[in-house]
Amino acid sequence: MQPIDIIKSTFVPLPMENIDTDQIIPARFLKATTREGFGKNLFRDWRYENDDESTPRPHFILNNPAYEGQILVAGKNFGCGSSREHAAWSILDYGFRVVVSSFFADIFKNNALNNGVIPVTVSESFLHIILEQPETATLTINLGEQSITIDNTTQKENFEISSYKKTCLLNGYDDIDYLLSLKKEILEFEEARL
Amino acid sequence: MPKTLFEKIWDKHVVKTMEDGPSVLYIDKHLIHEVTSPQAFKGIENRGLKVFRPQQVVATADHNVPTLNQHLPIKDELSRLQVQQLTENCKKHDIVLYGLGHPFQGIVHVIGPELGITQPGMTIVCGDSHTSTHGAFGSIAFGIGTSEVEMVFASQCLLQSKPKLMRINIEGTLDKGIVSKDIILYIIAQITTGGATGYAVEFAGSAIRDLSMEARMTICNMSIEMGARCGLIAPDEKTFEYIKGRQFAPSLQQWDKKLGEWKELYSDESAAFDKELTILAGAIEPMITYGTNPGLGISVNGHIPVTDTIMDEGERRNIVKALEYMGLKSGNSLLGMPVQHVFIGSCTNSRIEDLRLVASVVKGKRKSDHVEVMIVPGSQQVAAQVKAEGLDRIFEAAGFTIRQAGCSACLGMNEDKIPAGEYCISTSNRNFEGRQGAGARTLLASPLTAAAAALTGVVSDVREFIQ
Repeated sequence: MQPIDIIKSTFVPLPMENIDTDQIIPARFLKATTREGFGKNLFRDWRYENDDESTPRPHFILNNPAYEGQILVAGKNFGCGSSREHAAWSILDYGFRVVVSSFFADIFKNNALNNGVIPVTVSESFLHIILEQPETATLTINLGEQSITIDNTTQKENFEISSYKKTCLLNGYDDIDYLLSLKKEILEFEEARL
Repeated sequence: MPKTLFEKIWDKHVVKTMEDGPSVLYIDKHLIHEVTSPQAFKGIENRGLKVFRPQQVVATADHNVPTLNQHLPIKDELSRLQVQQLTENCKKHDIVLYGLGHPFQGIVHVIGPELGITQPGMTIVCGDSHTSTHGAFGSIAFGIGTSEVEMVFASQCLLQSKPKLMRINIEGTLDKGIVSKDIILYIIAQITTGGATGYAVEFAGSAIRDLSMEARMTICNMSIEMGARCGLIAPDEKTFEYIKGRQFAPSLQQWDKKLGEWKELYSDESAAFDKELTILAGAIEPMITYGTNPGLGISVNGHIPVTDTIMDEGERRNIVKALEYMGLKSGNSLLGMPVQHVFIGSCTNSRIEDLRLVASVVKGKRKSDHVEVMIVPGSQQVAAQVKAEGLDRIFEAAGFTIRQAGCSACLGMNEDKIPAGEYCISTSNRNFEGRQGAGARTLLASPLTAAAAALTGVVSDVREFIQ
């Protein structure tokens, strides 16, 4: 996992609510057995007419060259639905490192954190202010100080993240390293239950 | 100190708790399937590790398998490779696999309970969000991502923050024609798809006690559709009776000891919940969804909300967009609307009891000519039971197609898909855009409501078909 600290970037707004993992990546693209290459199928059915890459839907935001960046900003309850980690992989593979929303579904949030994608939960009102910004506006996410700033207005909000996960993201550690270091405790736990 | 059911199980599985951080939670059973496991196997192999506790892992192939001619090689190359990789990985890591052709193969959340693998008091995980199903036995069961599958492979543990606790009491008796699927669709319509996010939800109350184990599974199965980390129901005599004698149930020698432990699994009288709500069973009618998330449901004889009157802008935009996708109109009723497909299957409603319900409505009758009806039993064992009880003859006489076990048209990963623009009444769990195939329009309902639509070819009130 790539360490992550400060991300300053323009953002892609996707103000719909309840964006589910079937929209992020439809099930028919889950047949791969590696973690790479899912970005091209991110929001597949919203991006293309009739599943045809030569006919992009012009009104969909990812097909609008005016919008780009490492930050995706979405409506509340982002990532509801299936546990498919392919959703987080496709977001990362497409080039996003941060998803901003006013509310995240549980499993998606864990999956994002386990892949070095920061789920930044902001208030509903702050989300509205972000979505009103022009396409050239940049956001700065400072993981160390747990803040998100709209750079052109300097409006700022703090976000929550567990201190353990924050340490992991800042250093690029994953949970397995930690769990493996607990082998002795786990064996003792098993022993005690018998 | 009084404890909730959830806390009793949780506390017994905490290996260690980090200060200001998650707990290390020990996992009793890890169920895996072909779609969300290959990257996890690769992950531990890249670290030079073997699966730590292979005897606590059970594998099956379900998401991506064909439901026709399962004895032949899988035609779709990618699907074949995925299933083949599962077989190789299980062999390499000494994991029991109930693959295609095995009499125990089936949807992972159907076979766990039917084989007696799922037991009260356990922690159970699987790389699938509907793992919440197993909570019907009084276990903590939840869906995980592939990185977490890898963690469990490596250490039989997961890092988890303790969720908040909610209890939903369903009191009273259900009217005729109303089943557990209607209860859960009703609850999700009340509290929305994010209404239980961050919570473990215990379902309780007299209406829950009255339900069979299979009906309870349907409720816990869909607790993820309101965002819950897991759903659970305290075990009782019905639970113990269900488990007794199953393949992997505790042996006779162990039974009394286990039973003693299981009988302690209930929420103490004064245990505290962060949130509690009560629902009257008598208020529930047959439910059906009109939108593109499971929370957009109404009673079958109700009306779609009038979008102009919805105050919240986000919600209004959502429903307008959903109705556009569904080709439906604000304020309209769904009764009498033609459907082209009926899908009876999925981890929500593909158990023998669900199929008995369908048979009770369609026995001696024939489906409408305008509708294709597909029945996909949840497992090989369910399929065998269908035959043993002669339900297959009822379904065949009705003009239904019976397929082999798998997830099938619930998620449109194999070739069982609903064509774009067509309507499907489905006993599955998700009506998301494109879920059953690009452009497919899904109406979620109970097996009874699906059976009624199969006969009429239109959205119907099943109460007119039963005495």
